[in-house]
Amino acid sequence: MKNFSYTIKDSVGIHARPAGNLAKLAKGFTGTKVMIEKNGKSVDVTKLMMLMGLGVKCGDTVNFTVEGPDEEAAAKAVEEFMQTNL
Amino acid sequence: MKLFHGKGVYGAIAIGCVSVFKRQEASVRRTHITDAATELERVENAKSKALEQLSAIHEKALKEVGETHAQIFEIHMMMIEDDDYNDSIRSIIETQMVNAEYAVAVTSDNFAAMFSSMDDDYMQARSADVKDISNRIISCLSDGENSDSESDSRMIICSDDLAPSETVSFDKENVLAFVTAFGSSSSHTAILARNMNIPAVICVGEEFLNDISDGCMMIVDGHKGEVIIDPDEETVAAYTAKQQEDAHRKDLLQQLRGKDNITRDGTRINIFANISGVDGIGAILANDAGGIGLFRSEFLYLESDDYPTEEQQFTAYRKVLESMAGKKVIIRTLDIGADKQIDYFGLEHEDNPAMGFRAVRICLERPEVFRTQLRALYRASVFGELGIMFPMITSVNEVAECPAMCDMVKRELSEEGMPFSDKVEVGIMIETPAAAIISDRLAPMVDFFSVGTNDLTQYTLACDRQNSKIERFVDTHHEAVLRLIEMAAVNAHANNVWIGICGELAADTSLTERFLRMRIDELSVSAPFVLPIREKVRSIDLS
Repeated sequence: MKNFSYTIKDSVGIHARPAGNLAKLAKGFTGTKVMIEKNGKSVDVTKLMMLMGLGVKCGDTVNFTVEGPDEEAAAKAVEEFMQTNL
Repeated sequence: MKLFHGKGVYGAIAIGCVSVFKRQEASVRRTHITDAATELERVENAKSKALEQLSAIHEKALKEVGETHAQIFEIHMMMIEDDDYNDSIRSIIETQMVNAEYAVAVTSDNFAAMFSSMDDDYMQARSADVKDISNRIISCLSDGENSDSESDSRMIICSDDLAPSETVSFDKENVLAFVTAFGSSSSHTAILARNMNIPAVICVGEEFLNDISDGCMMIVDGHKGEVIIDPDEETVAAYTAKQQEDAHRKDLLQQLRGKDNITRDGTRINIFANISGVDGIGAILANDAGGIGLFRSEFLYLESDDYPTEEQQFTAYRKVLESMAGKKVIIRTLDIGADKQIDYFGLEHEDNPAMGFRAVRICLERPEVFRTQLRALYRASVFGELGIMFPMITSVNEVAECPAMCDMVKRELSEEGMPFSDKVEVGIMIETPAAAIISDRLAPMVDFFSVGTNDLTQYTLACDRQNSKIERFVDTHHEAVLRLIEMAAVNAHANNVWIGICGELAADTSLTERFLRMRIDELSVSAPFVLPIREKVRSIDLS
């Protein structure tokens, strides 16, 4: 299991488009689960509507938990995605 | 003849016949089924059909409104494939043994409710997207071809509301105008209408739907946001004339759009526009202004019942900066007092408010109000080219206090890890004789000057703007005012500071040449004056 946290710098937060791209990215790692947690609420990032429903805004800190056969690669890809896009 | 008021989202006039838009979402009935597998297969088929349609709409939108605005349909496709959304549909069908249409409708309501309960305008608006995709699936389930306008003639489309996909699915050639009972000017539909150059009036209110039927005559005035049902001949004639005027202005636009603001001998000047709210951006872009020279931020305070929060202000500033896509936006900090009073500020009555507690004086006395506005401004600064301007300056000390406040706000933001641009220009209004007279001292402290000619005239000539009795003593071309402007221009340029004029005088074409000779760098006028001024500038020869 891999863990890391990230603080959103993008001023609009995780809105529709980045949420869609993040969900797509995580779906690519079949069998590996990527969870995002904000204020005790945790959702699977492949679930676009729930992810948008978290309402992650600029300045929020979110925690990722990545678990599964591809966890190394998936965690790295998600972290990179966050840094480049959010 | 009956008149309705709404909000115009694209300023143009349409005269024609009404076509009432009928959605195919015919009320969904709950029916009991015996074979869940067949029902699930129907959902799968409807979904792939919906995805095909959306992909076609996305293509069409790419061509008609561009990539940024077309993105929404990509999101719609992703939403249709969302796991939770589909799980919900499946489980309703399997556990309740009900028809697919009903399962989709219930799922739609649940997800839409989730979004509309969020404390964020952007996310609230997403509930319309959930409903839009769900209605599309339901319509595919009932084999309905998605509502394309069947008629060949050009019609005014009237509806309670239009989803973005509905707006785009019309054949643009056949649409004279859009009129909706609901909607908001920041909705995708309004944005799309604007980008398709189709006159549109929204928020007309539900009652107007009772007064229309297919084929009835209507006038849509997108400038004023008015809709006239069954107009009489005289009114039609008056609006036809207005339409021709619009056409003439459009010609002017065709000739001058994209052209430089340059005199015959090669002197250049920027022509920007003034606005008092986010709604004005459409007119600014339509008139090809080079930027915003005066954004009156007080509308945020006037429209609200309490101090607008940092977040509310940030959202508004960001919207303006983004819409202007890299063109300069000068936002003037709060300018209330005098003729603009706001209850919750609790300001005392003054006998002579024009010379009283107003504008930057309030900001400096109430740093918490000022700080909130500056934080919102700096946070928004990463979305475009921002300039911040302080009104009613009379002394060196006031000017010194403003940038100090800006520095404090920037330090706070850095500590919190919030991004802001380091290219924000800071400037002051020259609207008191004092500021013009000591402009040599003020210029080294700022990046730009902007002359507010209305107040400068009132203070220089000792003539109250509100007093109609003394109108004949107000000489708007008074040499004293013009000399003060010239003095400020000379001092600005000696210090490498640029100078603009944002008061009413800027739009006075009989002074354009004089301003050009003073080497004024920018004129900021109401949007409809941008092109007439450009025409004037291009006719002048200074040599």
